[in-house]
Amino acid sequence: MEQHRSGLTPARLRRAGLAAGPIAFLGIFFVWPVSTLLFRGLVDHQSAITDVISSASIRGAAWFTLWQALVSTLLTLVIAMPLAAVVANVEFRGRRLVMALVTIPFVLPTVVVAGAFLATSDRTGLDSGPFSLSKSVFAIIVAHVFFNVAVIVRTVGGYWSQLSRTDEQAARTLGTSASMTFLRITVRRLQPSLLAATSIVFLFSFTSFGVILILGGARQRTIETEIYRYAISRTDFATASVLSVVQLVVVVILVALNTRLRARLPRSDRLAADRPQAWRNRSTAFIPIGTVLITLALLCIPIAVLIEQSLRTGGGWGFDHYRSLTERPPFLTVTPLRALMNSLGFATVATAIAVFFGGWASLAITYSSRGVSRLLDVGYLLPLGTSAVTLGFGILITFDTGIVDLRQSWIIIPLVQALIGIPFVTRAVVPVLRAIDPNLRDAAASMGASPAKIRRDIDLPIARRALVVGGGFAFAISLGEFGATSFVGRRPDLMTVPLAIARLLSQPGQSIRGQAMALSVILMVVTAVVLLAVDRTDSAATI
Amino acid sequence: MRIKTTLSIIVRVALLCMALAVAATACGEDLQTTAIGEGDAEALAQENASDTASEDQGEEASTCFDDPGLESITPGGDEAGTTITLATHDSFVLSDGTLAAFTDATGISVEQVAVGDAGQLVSQSILTKDNPTADVLFGIDNAFLCRGLEADLFVPYASPALSDVDDELELDPYNRVTPISFGDVCVNYWSDALAGPAPATLDDLADPVHADQFVTQNPETSSPGFAFLLATISEYGDDGWENYWESLVENGVSITSGWNDAYYGEFIAGGGDRSIVTSYASSPPAEFLFADPPVDTPPTAVLDDSCFRQIEFAGVLAGTEHPEAAAALIDFMLGITYQEDVPLNMFVYPANGRAALPESFVDFGPLVDDARTIDPAVIETNRDDWTERWNNIVLG
Repeated sequence: MEQHRSGLTPARLRRAGLAAGPIAFLGIFFVWPVSTLLFRGLVDHQSAITDVISSASIRGAAWFTLWQALVSTLLTLVIAMPLAAVVANVEFRGRRLVMALVTIPFVLPTVVVAGAFLATSDRTGLDSGPFSLSKSVFAIIVAHVFFNVAVIVRTVGGYWSQLSRTDEQAARTLGTSASMTFLRITVRRLQPSLLAATSIVFLFSFTSFGVILILGGARQRTIETEIYRYAISRTDFATASVLSVVQLVVVVILVALNTRLRARLPRSDRLAADRPQAWRNRSTAFIPIGTVLITLALLCIPIAVLIEQSLRTGGGWGFDHYRSLTERPPFLTVTPLRALMNSLGFATVATAIAVFFGGWASLAITYSSRGVSRLLDVGYLLPLGTSAVTLGFGILITFDTGIVDLRQSWIIIPLVQALIGIPFVTRAVVPVLRAIDPNLRDAAASMGASPAKIRRDIDLPIARRALVVGGGFAFAISLGEFGATSFVGRRPDLMTVPLAIARLLSQPGQSIRGQAMALSVILMVVTAVVLLAVDRTDSAATI
Repeated sequence: MRIKTTLSIIVRVALLCMALAVAATACGEDLQTTAIGEGDAEALAQENASDTASEDQGEEASTCFDDPGLESITPGGDEAGTTITLATHDSFVLSDGTLAAFTDATGISVEQVAVGDAGQLVSQSILTKDNPTADVLFGIDNAFLCRGLEADLFVPYASPALSDVDDELELDPYNRVTPISFGDVCVNYWSDALAGPAPATLDDLADPVHADQFVTQNPETSSPGFAFLLATISEYGDDGWENYWESLVENGVSITSGWNDAYYGEFIAGGGDRSIVTSYASSPPAEFLFADPPVDTPPTAVLDDSCFRQIEFAGVLAGTEHPEAAAALIDFMLGITYQEDVPLNMFVYPANGRAALPESFVDFGPLVDDARTIDPAVIETNRDDWTERWNNIVLG
């Protein structure tokens, strides 16, 4: 609360100015299009509301959506936390590579991952029974864990690595056992970041679409798949709109609860630049090594299957499918290589937008009055909890007038992708900004530093690692985004990699399928290389 | 203390939602809705169970082929220099330079915009009807045709090139849409992997010799899945198709959400263990052309009796500022240059009977003479009811 103490009009004005930008961006590109669509769908169709609420099948879908997302989130935490602990605390060669590797699933198209899961289940005998990886609830949950491990490892791990170890060291010196120290002190200190990251994992699982359809088989239905069914298969926008409202209300309630929980936590913590340390005790080195190996193995099985399929050719093994990517295959409007360039271009723009507005929003969330802060905190998560149908169609019918007809413009694609990427930025950055000791800012202010200077010289350097983490996610999200991109429409020569892969995989013919696999592998490698490079700039800066 | 605040937030959100609902109710007098909850649909399904699939199902019947009372576009005038937009689904591909030939000949430039699949394209076009994103739409098929026509998406245009098109493909008597290409959705089988004699009729798919061998798609999430459901309805009628599907379920039919999960997930082609799948008549030629290693004959073949015809149409969107240029593009799409470019880019057959077919199509993708069809108006009238009943039988 210290930063509110001044109460001077210029300070209030500055705060208002700080919040105005993020509010305007969210208002224009999210609230306006979504409310336009929902209003269009609901006006004159009020009975759809009672129809939806009284429908047993939709209630069942809503309940399933909720519990599978909760279970997916919990399981992701259980699997990801050991690895987060290792990358946050232990320095070892390849640490950054591990951080980049866990992010790969994020960019893989669902259709590809699902194929890899099916192939894995065939080979491991897991193709029937309750733990079947094909067409089961278990398969859905495993896939959600697969996609989301990175969120916990990178967000919580990144935050953890910035916490000073003095509290824990003091407790240990006083004779507290290691496990008690972890449970009583570290977990409590990690809570801001844990709550922030789990809310993202939850929303991701709550609105997932491809995973439910492909790995759940035809039987599993969620609010998201029902929105698609009514809006697309039935052109029943009224029911789809009611479902979208239900989806938004549930998301708002849960996110508000999450924000409330976070508000109860102490606002600042001791940060330090002490980087992860090498593991000194050789006899227990199996603990970090084992953790890394086990988690990576779980993530790498489907990835390995994919690589194998991309290398398998009619004559045995080889790079034939990779070589053919420079030519335009039938069914595609561009060469796969051009699609990769398109994707990288979109991802760069989307990341720039996401880091800029996400960073700005994070400052506004940290410095604004409680109401505005909470509004922004919750508001910027909503795009992640909104159906691709609602977002895509909303934008389509909103930005359609002569002055701002964005429908034919390429900018609409990175804009939509940035909306989905921003929560990853704010959820990584806000906990760090909040943890900064207010005395640091007060001291700077008392020595005459202007608020702008404080932000530049204190907030930005400390939040830099978190910005890099969030930006990395925004980049990966954009590279892999499929849903909203397929709704807003685009010039055929602007085809992206996920669209190209989906298109190649919708045709018979083994060589075409091999190309899709090769393209997926290239997407993976490019992602890993970019994230590695980005993580490296971060380490160069923080030393 | 904190819990109190949390509760107050929940209450406020709930109040806001109720206020929104009330406001929305107050805004409109007309309570007509297209929404059907599951319970209603079940009741409806029971009511309709004895009806036959025909156009005269009372008030519900589709009116899509009623006279729209619109003037046909008369081509003419110099449209050189104008730019029009062609909206398609994601699967639309032409060879480089095909559309440039149109621009060279007419001076009209064409911009393209691609949106998702055919279902997304139609939904999007209906949603943006008052301010369309394009002048010409390509990719609405006979399964969705009446939905588009009922929404008054198109203006009539009778292209002179229609004289080269088989009458059976021209479904709209008022020429609001023009047939451009067509293909068949057919059950395919992997010849070497069959457990018994190759299936020859739809009945054979329920034969225990092919138990646990057939995989098809959910009609609500997959266009070939819907076409196969229509094929069974055309064979067994409104009284019999449900019994047939019950026997398919007993025989171990597997249902996936999409084509890919069926063909590459459970069918032999992708390493699965099922030998029969719902795909396209053009799939065997594709298995031949894109085989790796090359083969002399495709490993798959088509069950002719199961084929359902899918016709893809183009139409001039109502609200276009360049109807004559749009009409010129329709003419071009029916012309030989475009029509002969279609088969190897999109694996469908050209609507123009004078267009020459590529060799692989002639050899391995012979057209079925009497592919199954159902009147699009009947499809539109019954679609939701059929899929709801299908859900109850197959997904339980």
